[in-house]
Amino acid sequence: MTEMSKIVRTITNIAFPLSMIFGFYVIAHGHLTPGGGFQGGAVVASACAMVLVAFGSKWTIGKIKEKRLSVLESLGAIGFIGLALLGLVFGIAFFHNFLVGSDYLFGIIPATGSGLADINTAGVLPLMNFAVGIKVIAGLFVIVLVMAYAATSYKEDKK
Amino acid sequence: MSTRTIAGTIFFSIVFAFFIFIALMMHPFGVLNESEMDDYIIDNTQEETGANNGVTSVVFDYRGFDTLGEATVLFTAVAGVIMLFRRLKND
Repeated sequence: MTEMSKIVRTITNIAFPLSMIFGFYVIAHGHLTPGGGFQGGAVVASACAMVLVAFGSKWTIGKIKEKRLSVLESLGAIGFIGLALLGLVFGIAFFHNFLVGSDYLFGIIPATGSGLADINTAGVLPLMNFAVGIKVIAGLFVIVLVMAYAATSYKEDKK
Repeated sequence: MSTRTIAGTIFFSIVFAFFIFIALMMHPFGVLNESEMDDYIIDNTQEETGANNGVTSVVFDYRGFDTLGEATVLFTAVAGVIMLFRRLKND
């Protein structure tokens, strides 16, 4: 995939930060508003795929290697399983929410009922949202990146 | 008619009648199917998990194993795609 016209690249430059902010907002507020790690990660991965389409796969793979994305995805998976195992260590069971109700991070329990709540709530749920979000960002983007780069290099080999 | 045609017609009629029966027996659309677990989660999710979003508290807390399986599916898919599309060094 070669790079597209200057109009597309300029619009991508404007839209990319907005999409990234929206995606990370969806991830960070997963325990308060609709959305979560999977959905926000899909938004951020779409923004990265937009950059890939606009600037071409060669430019993008020069900026970020797929091996680093693999490491990022493994880190997300290890963080998710590690948080679940910490529930076994500090709590009573695998996936036990050991932070909620404590005095530490994310420990506040809000008043029951609908309405706005503090972001400092919900125990391990925000941390798990971040772990899954990183995992989904890296996973979805590395699929698109590797496929696009393979198609480009296949075309060059045929020439 | 051959034996195969007769047998096929009978088999098709039985399957068709079965599907019609199932469609008539189906739960009516839009009527709530009450269960104790739904009520428990709706009543207690804010006190137990502290999250305002009940769906996230179910996905990541009450049914964490389900999310673990989803994450494993994604991990396997990514591993397969990278394995399939990698560039061989000897090329």
